[in-house]
Amino acid sequence: MSAQRQQPPSSRSGRSSNPDRDIADWTGPKIRYDLIKEFTIALVVVALLTVLLASLFSSPDDKPVTLKSWAASQPLDFAQTAITELNGTSETATYGPPFNNSPGAGQKIGPISLQRIPGVTHPINTALDFVIGPLQSDIDTPGLRQALAQFRRSSTAQRTKWETRYANALGSGTFRSDTLHVKSGDYGPIATMISSLLTMARSGALDGALLRSSQFYGTDYTKPLMFLADGTYLANVGNSYHVQGTQWGMMNETGNYPGQAWLWLYTMWYQIPPFTTSHNADALIWAIMMVLTLCLALVPFIPGLRSIPRITRIYKIIWRSHYKRLKTSSSS
Amino acid sequence: MSSSNKTMWTAKVRKLMVDALPPDKLMPDSQPSYVASWIYVFGVLTLSALVVVIGTGICLAIGGPSWWHTSGLGHFFNSLHLWSVELFMFFMVVHLWGKFFMAAWRGNRELTWVTGVLSFLLSVGAAFTGYLSQQNFDSQWIATQSKDGLNAVGVGAYFNVMNFGQMIVWHVMLMPLAIGVFVVVHLLMVRHRGVVPPFEDRIHSNRKVSK
Repeated sequence: MSAQRQQPPSSRSGRSSNPDRDIADWTGPKIRYDLIKEFTIALVVVALLTVLLASLFSSPDDKPVTLKSWAASQPLDFAQTAITELNGTSETATYGPPFNNSPGAGQKIGPISLQRIPGVTHPINTALDFVIGPLQSDIDTPGLRQALAQFRRSSTAQRTKWETRYANALGSGTFRSDTLHVKSGDYGPIATMISSLLTMARSGALDGALLRSSQFYGTDYTKPLMFLADGTYLANVGNSYHVQGTQWGMMNETGNYPGQAWLWLYTMWYQIPPFTTSHNADALIWAIMMVLTLCLALVPFIPGLRSIPRITRIYKIIWRSHYKRLKTSSSS
Repeated sequence: MSSSNKTMWTAKVRKLMVDALPPDKLMPDSQPSYVASWIYVFGVLTLSALVVVIGTGICLAIGGPSWWHTSGLGHFFNSLHLWSVELFMFFMVVHLWGKFFMAAWRGNRELTWVTGVLSFLLSVGAAFTGYLSQQNFDSQWIATQSKDGLNAVGVGAYFNVMNFGQMIVWHVMLMPLAIGVFVVVHLLMVRHRGVVPPFEDRIHSNRKVSK
């Protein structure tokens, strides 16, 4: 150990000394410190610890939900969701930007809707993209070609009548012997269309149809995921894994794993009023988190906030050896 | 160096770099005696964990995004990647709060703090895009849950969490690149300014106050 004096730090002339901003030059002793050795030891320790944790606990890899598994497991829920996609009442159909221009949709912070500013960048027409488009690629199904032709020829008012009747009928519908059963009624082409879409989904063909793009290679899963999220099946699976938003799900992952624990503050807001019931909860929570994040980044420049370390005196614990040494040297 | 050389851009930049970080500052073999607390270990632990994160990430990238779902070895590398990320974030959070309670921004070290916070925020983004790139139920769930927050503030229009291709490029390229830049700048600033001294002890001080 050798005693050395440090050069004074750059002076901030014209300002009075502030203990939360300025420092006293260190003129005390120095100690040997081998940075490279410390890093090497730390790297070996962390690598070994990682191998140990990976060997003991592995990592989760639960199979993704598909439209096929949804339609096979809960065909009625699939059909009930499909009719909302066709009649434009599903969550996706009424979402607003960036998927569509649904009137009045979009969260607000006060009077401002940041959601509406960029406009529709990922257009989704649920009737065309989720129902009619995929069915058009499956016209070999008996009766489907005629059903689609009848649907196209009909007026909007007529379609709405059929869709409403069929949606109501599905409320008491059943699925038996690979067939959807609803009470008899005038549903026009809708029953054939929804039954065909269900058959298509159960075969796995709908998963591929929703991924179809103008390019040969596709990596955008927006449409199948939005369709899946409109039903209750995905939510029920999420619930069984305890990852719902009300279960602090944003930071969790399936199984007993730490997940994204660092998102605890963001997730916390979703658990407390008024955000639990607010229609603008996402926008408001994002606004709060942006302000808090800015405060964290700019702590050194914010009077009061930057005084917390000095006032709480936790530094006394961190540097306890240093203060103990000072006390010993001053008393001897 | 001749006087004509001194006017060269290269010579000027070299002088700036050597003045800011002479070898004994860049690779010091001694530290002030107050650098004797376990809290200092968390900085180097964070850096070490980052190296393991990058190493295991490279192994996963070599195999491709689907490799770890079909191969036992791939799954083990995914486990290594996951746990190194958990360790990295844990060490970094302890490091961050340690530096907060040391008021480590004092003495012209404000930008060292800011680059550290930005590295943390970018790491949160990198982990998030990693979860979205897993191609399993967690990816689906996190994508469908998080899209609403991002869409609510207009970000989702450009950063689509349900676009696997976009997310994996952010995860393996853009985020690591940004983290790498900020971590290097952060480390160079730590070396340039040195480790922040303790708060002045008014009773036992042997230091001279300067502003």
